[in-house]
Amino acid sequence: MSELSVNHLLGIKYLNKQDIQLIFETADQFKEVINRAIKKVPSLRDITIANLFFENSTRTKLSFELAEKRLSADVINFSAGQSSVKKGETLIDTVNNILSMKVDMVVMRHPNPGAGIFLSRHVDASIVNAGDGAHEHPTQALLDSYSIREKLGEVKGKNVVIVGDILHSRVALSNIFALKLQGANVKVCGPKTLIPKHIEKLGIKVETNLRDALNWCDVANMLRVQNERMDINYFPSTREYTQQFGVSKDLLDTLDKEIVIMHPGPINRGVEITSDVADSDQAIILNQVENGVAIRMAVIYLLASKIKQ
Amino acid sequence: MSQKVLLNAKEVNIILHRLACQLIENHDDFANTAIIGLQPRGTYLADRLISILQSDYKIKNINAGQLDITFYRDDFRRSDKPLEANATDIDFIVEDKYVVFVDDVLYTGRSIRAALTAIQSFGRPKEIELLTLIDRRFSRHLPIQPNYRGRQVDAIDGEKVKVNWKENEGDAAVYLINN
Repeated sequence: MSELSVNHLLGIKYLNKQDIQLIFETADQFKEVINRAIKKVPSLRDITIANLFFENSTRTKLSFELAEKRLSADVINFSAGQSSVKKGETLIDTVNNILSMKVDMVVMRHPNPGAGIFLSRHVDASIVNAGDGAHEHPTQALLDSYSIREKLGEVKGKNVVIVGDILHSRVALSNIFALKLQGANVKVCGPKTLIPKHIEKLGIKVETNLRDALNWCDVANMLRVQNERMDINYFPSTREYTQQFGVSKDLLDTLDKEIVIMHPGPINRGVEITSDVADSDQAIILNQVENGVAIRMAVIYLLASKIKQ
Repeated sequence: MSQKVLLNAKEVNIILHRLACQLIENHDDFANTAIIGLQPRGTYLADRLISILQSDYKIKNINAGQLDITFYRDDFRRSDKPLEANATDIDFIVEDKYVVFVDDVLYTGRSIRAALTAIQSFGRPKEIELLTLIDRRFSRHLPIQPNYRGRQVDAIDGEKVKVNWKENEGDAAVYLINN
């Protein structure tokens, strides 16, 4: 098995276990490449990639762009803010215009769930979903699992709790799919108002007590409270949220074991985790960012190898 | 499918000792030399040569590495089967070193072309040489020739030359396979 089963990366939901294994093994080699003095390989020199960001992003956009450049692809960038989208152009028109400039692959972030899937059905290019609304963020989940594998040896059998705003989080959903596929045990923890109804149907458990969740887990993935997606008040105050669901060094020190702390960024310091936790040895937040480039190189390389000449 | 033995284990062993001696002739104590096995199958040959140099000729501290050329190949998206990457392991800088590439079979020369590009990521070698156990004559697509060769073989395009190693295939031997 040395080829992905899919032609697009639209979500973890569409991958199988072997796909994830292949992406990780390829990322291992790219991680070695990005730690060399010269970090570039010529593989994708005849591939052009468009990064279409219809929603703000810092880390994901930089990470994708760096991954593409390290593979020697030609890159064009597009941000909705400064484009003709504001003039009323539709998504398909925008993308088809870009594709007529001979682009082979599209990396897209979009506020609407399913935007990547929609696009993959209507345009002739390989699509990578870099986040679609509250639906999926597959490369983030892949780099999260890859970081767990790197830190703990394997993902299978590990207890992972995802803490925070599950309702609005594409990171949570992609992580749940990825972790379950690899045989991890998953719990989610947060205010009841921020946990979707029937989420247990995905084969996970809900825990509302943070201390119990942390005592159970090997890894805690702390999510950001997505204020920008909240149209109503889901909890009384930020202070109350922090008291119940914020992780501090004091809390971690009272646990029976040392757990691994992850965060997809951007961090709201002092809300979901305190600074002393974010900067401690238990946190692998910056490793996640480094692994993000290797994972995205692997995904792009493997998808590009399936693009017909 | 038929196969013919080109070299048996004993013959491979004799050739390996000759190649080791030829390397010593040119590289003396190997102080400024790096032996780089090309992934995947050149690494077995490199390991065997290094072990002969160390045990029979008492040469110590040889710079040894493995180089994967997958991301530098010129048949990405052109090959029928997907390219599989292997590990690269070079924990020294090749700047100003005498580098010896080691591969089992030299055929079109395209792998060596990729290796010449790949090694640039680790510095600028003083000189690069090529050692190969089997040199398939008249098959080159590029102007690349070995500095050290085990045996020259004439094989037509449909045929395959396969080198087996003790580590994974039982006994060392070289086969000519006709599909």
